[in-house]
Amino acid sequence: MNPVNYLYLAALLFTIGAAGVLIRRNAIVVFMCVELMLNACNLAFVCFSRLHGNLDGQVIAFFTMVVAAAEVVVGLAIIVSLFRSRHSASVDDASLMKL
Amino acid sequence: MDNLIALLIAAPLLGAAVLLCGGRRLDGIGHWLGTLLAGASFVLGAVLFVDMLDRSAGHRTVTKHLFSWVPVEGFQADVGFQLDQLSMTFVLLITGVGTLIHIYSIGYMEHDENRRRFFGYLNLFLAAMLLLVLADNYLLLYVGWEGVGLASYLLIGFWQHKPSAATAAKKAFLVNRVGDMGLSIAIMVMFTTFGSFTFPAVLGGADGASSGRNTAIGLMLLLAACGKSAQVPLQSWLGDAMEGPTPVSALIHAATMVTAGVYLITRSGAVFNAVPDVQTVVVIVGGVTLLFGAIVGCAKDDIKKALAGSTMSQIGYMILATGLGPIGYAFAIMHLVTHGFFKAGLFLGAGSVMHGMNDEVDMRKYGGLRKYMPVTFVTFGLGYLAIIGFPGLSGFFSKDKIIEAAFAKGGTEGWILGAVTLLGAAITAYYMTRVMILTFFGEERWKHAKTPSPDQPSVEPAAETHGAHDEPHPHESPKSMTIPMIVLAFGSVFAGGIFGIGDRFVKWLEPITSFSHGDSPVGQWTVTAATIVCLLVGVGLAIAQYGRGPVPVVAPRGSLLTRAARRDLLQDDFNHVVLVRGGEHLTRSLVYLDHSLVDGVVNGTAASVGGLSGRLRKLQNGFARSYAVSMFGGAVVIIAATLLMRAV
Amino acid sequence: MSFPLLTATAALPALGAIATAAVPAARRTAAKWLALLVSVATLALAAIQLVRFEPGGDRYQLTESHAWIKDFGVRYELGVDGIGVALIGLTALLIPFIIAAGWHDADPLETNSSRWRPTQGFFALILAVEAMVVLSFEATDVFLFYILFEAMLIPMYFLIGGFGDRAHAQGDEAAATQRSYAAVKFLLYNLVGGLIMLAAVIGLYVVAGSFSLSEIAAARASGSLHMATNTERLLFLGFFFAFAVKAPLWPLHTWLPNAMGEATAPVAVLITAVVDKVGTFAMLRFCLQLFPEASKWATPVIVVLAVISIIYGALLAVGQRDIKRLVAYASISHFGFIIMGIFAMTSQGQSGATLYMINHGISTAALMLVAGFLISRRGSRLISDYGGVQKVAPVLAGTFLIGGLATLSLPGLAPFVSEFLVLVGTFSRYPVAGVIATLGIVLAALYVLVLYQRTMTGPVKAEVQGMPDLKVRELLVVAPLIALLIFLGVYPKPLTDIVNPAVRQTMSDVQKKDPNPVVEAAK
Repeated sequence: MNPVNYLYLAALLFTIGAAGVLIRRNAIVVFMCVELMLNACNLAFVCFSRLHGNLDGQVIAFFTMVVAAAEVVVGLAIIVSLFRSRHSASVDDASLMKL
Repeated sequence: MDNLIALLIAAPLLGAAVLLCGGRRLDGIGHWLGTLLAGASFVLGAVLFVDMLDRSAGHRTVTKHLFSWVPVEGFQADVGFQLDQLSMTFVLLITGVGTLIHIYSIGYMEHDENRRRFFGYLNLFLAAMLLLVLADNYLLLYVGWEGVGLASYLLIGFWQHKPSAATAAKKAFLVNRVGDMGLSIAIMVMFTTFGSFTFPAVLGGADGASSGRNTAIGLMLLLAACGKSAQVPLQSWLGDAMEGPTPVSALIHAATMVTAGVYLITRSGAVFNAVPDVQTVVVIVGGVTLLFGAIVGCAKDDIKKALAGSTMSQIGYMILATGLGPIGYAFAIMHLVTHGFFKAGLFLGAGSVMHGMNDEVDMRKYGGLRKYMPVTFVTFGLGYLAIIGFPGLSGFFSKDKIIEAAFAKGGTEGWILGAVTLLGAAITAYYMTRVMILTFFGEERWKHAKTPSPDQPSVEPAAETHGAHDEPHPHESPKSMTIPMIVLAFGSVFAGGIFGIGDRFVKWLEPITSFSHGDSPVGQWTVTAATIVCLLVGVGLAIAQYGRGPVPVVAPRGSLLTRAARRDLLQDDFNHVVLVRGGEHLTRSLVYLDHSLVDGVVNGTAASVGGLSGRLRKLQNGFARSYAVSMFGGAVVIIAATLLMRAV
Repeated sequence: MSFPLLTATAALPALGAIATAAVPAARRTAAKWLALLVSVATLALAAIQLVRFEPGGDRYQLTESHAWIKDFGVRYELGVDGIGVALIGLTALLIPFIIAAGWHDADPLETNSSRWRPTQGFFALILAVEAMVVLSFEATDVFLFYILFEAMLIPMYFLIGGFGDRAHAQGDEAAATQRSYAAVKFLLYNLVGGLIMLAAVIGLYVVAGSFSLSEIAAARASGSLHMATNTERLLFLGFFFAFAVKAPLWPLHTWLPNAMGEATAPVAVLITAVVDKVGTFAMLRFCLQLFPEASKWATPVIVVLAVISIIYGALLAVGQRDIKRLVAYASISHFGFIIMGIFAMTSQGQSGATLYMINHGISTAALMLVAGFLISRRGSRLISDYGGVQKVAPVLAGTFLIGGLATLSLPGLAPFVSEFLVLVGTFSRYPVAGVIATLGIVLAALYVLVLYQRTMTGPVKAEVQGMPDLKVRELLVVAPLIALLIFLGVYPKPLTDIVNPAVRQTMSDVQKKDPNPVVEAAK
């Protein structure tokens, strides 16, 4: 099977993720969409690794996983504390980041 | 001997410094000190005069270089003096009349609590005026020139608590400043033309300079002279200057300072001789002022203002004479000196009258005073005869010569000038006779007239210290005032004869002003006869109008010309509308523009930056998703840009 | 190594400022005396500078040079020429008078007994300004000069904003608002100027590879450093803009009336007589010396702007209702004269401009300080609130008149000499500008005499009745200034002797010769 198809898939997943981030209000869903985008990137990296015939892409994919894991830790912690203080998981309720 | 020149100026300057800085503790002796130093200056002048007479005509000029004043690359201004026949004449006039008026002021200002300050200013004036006539270069002359302006400002505004005096002082200084601007520009042109502004360099080089430059220098000097000597169009300040104490009017605004313009033009004769066109302008200015002042003098009921109009007119004669060139310079100066005597005498007489009349200045409220003030009457009368040119008295010799010289100008111009000067003589006779009749003859109108009341302050508040507001009791003035008047009356009678007979004065000045006889189309005796006829006509008219019936205490409305002349021929109204109002509008709109436009542009910039940032702030709405949109948008733009760059 | 006189002259007031600030709160009077003492000692050092300076000698004398920031070639390099040493003299001379005149200006109000120490701060700030101004007159390193040029804004900002005029018509609240407006405006204007200058300073370093004035000038003279025409012009404009704001030149002037109006009279004198002189001084030293060609290129425009300043400032002065703002606009007019003299590119013009800086400092100080005494008595700055003061306080009126006469350049007083030199110098190259500028002398008479007439003459107003005459302290402040005005008006030779060689060198920098007199040229 042509590896380029995986790239199309990665692009599709990335777009779905991005759209989700922008459209959904629920923080958990937004968070999962971010994960989706990261994994779309991972897919693309692996695919590139295959196309170029070296391991660089796979190495970076591992880095991404680590970053994603770290992000999960921090992000979930923020969401939990946000939910505790505001009793809501909607991102629009937390609009304090303005001048 | 030449060190005395510096001493001549130093004496009154010292007096001014001591009197003005000394404070109240000098109040008791201030006037004596001031008079003494003025007198010392006169004695020094006399010593120098005798010394000068010892030398032959060609070697009479003495110069004294004192110190280097402003030495700058290519620009050298020195403090140095030049005493020649012309300056000598002025020195004697200034210190002589000056000393007399100091003596007069001792009595006149006796009741003024600021008499010390008054004498300080008078001394300051003497010093500045002497500096003016003794300077050996134009820049130093300029110092004296503005110095007398300052002294005049201080003295006109001596009674500062009166708004009218303060305004008059300011006006005098400002109008003079316009003239000073002319002198300043003249010196600049001299510097760029000759690289120097000493008398020898400028006057010696005038022939070598282009006529354009000489014209510029000449016109600017004329402007300066107009300012200082109250000639049209800068004459408006002189009438108001009568707000000052009368001795000031006599010394500064009749005998000496106002004649500085005549000195300036005579001194710069070489420049004017080189450009006949400018001389024509000078003659026109003189001629116009001559008539202008005379007409104003006819209409004024204020004795000092009538005399001020007369001063203007007489100086017009002098300026006209200087405009005639070498045929006129000597006569201008001669008339200046005789005028110094009789006009100072007239003013002192006027002061004496006012002194005795509770400082009333309106001649319509005088009348019949000859019985009460015999000395004043006689001295004033002699001054009167001198000014109208009564044969044998001073004014006759000097004015007659100017009229002759005017005819001698030749051509149509000569006839016009001659006619103007003759007409002027007739008007002079008319208005002076009017003054004489209104003041000393006729019924005693003051007996029923109200004198100045407290709510209508008189022009001269010196006597307000007398506290008298009831009916005046005319009385003769004290000796300190009458003696100077008597001395000046002697001058009015004899000076002309001493100078005029045998052309003594002309010969005395000839080395400086290079005299030349003009070819007069009319004989000398014809002119004299015509002058006497004009005189008689003027006197006759005045007697016909004022001498034969009662004079109304309140001035009748009068003809259009009379009303205009009472308002100084509308010059002030013109100034007010054009300069004062226009200036006010200009400054007000500029103040507004400075705030709204110049400052506004800057503030506007600040406001628009503020507004822009206010708008940009709206983007920071705090919604994480909108931040995400901008991140995505940014990423898309960057990628698109990268791809585009690749493609290109 | 010899004694670092130049550093000492600047360091003394700097240390004095720290010491004054450290005086305990209760010892206010001690702080005042300390500040006065320091300023007098600084004057002594400045006098020594004047004595040690040899007019015919090297261009920069008493030089000091130390490496400072080696990586950028920034050096701590000092030296004075005739113009610099004269202006240092002026600065050191005026500060004691400013301190003495402001003796009570910063006394804490009785109602406000906080632990804050305004008095100490006031005098410390004045000394700090003195230190920086003196050092900026001495700096021959462009970067060092730039730092001082900017740094002096900080103490000035606090002096304007923190110690306002207590005589305010609209009450304390409005006074505080307007004061802070004035202070911010002052700061912003000068910062913008400084920012543009910073760009030019960096640009100069890129082009020339050095910050040292003498090195750059030598390289330019020998031809080893060539600047492209446009580069030079841009750099010139960058420098000039900053100096023109500081000077101030029309249309960059509007900060001055606000600042001088709201500040106390001594601080107003500090602004216009001392700090602003750095701007005009820097035009002579940096603009002309570093960018001679560009200076000549810009001359016509600058002369026009200067003439506008002269007339415009004078006209606005006529229209003012506030005494201090009137003096401020008069100063704008005078700065026009100074700038015109500098850029007329004649010896007379530049000598005149230098003398003008000094004479203007003294005459404005005399007028403004007396005005300050007057204002403090009546508690109002409005001209219309006065009248007949002469009758009540003749000495005050007399000194005020002399200050005014100096401002209108009466011959016999110092400003006349400089004004006439500027006019003659300008006239010989730009006759039209010279003639128009001469109109300024009439307008000057107008605003001075109108001011005098309205405040001092006429019937005595009720509020003015009983106004005390000058006190001994005040007389001691004014009398020496007046004496100096008269002395320098009659005998300015000591000053011209110092200034002339420096002007000659500047003239040779820009390779300009005075125009020859017409008649001589024809021969």
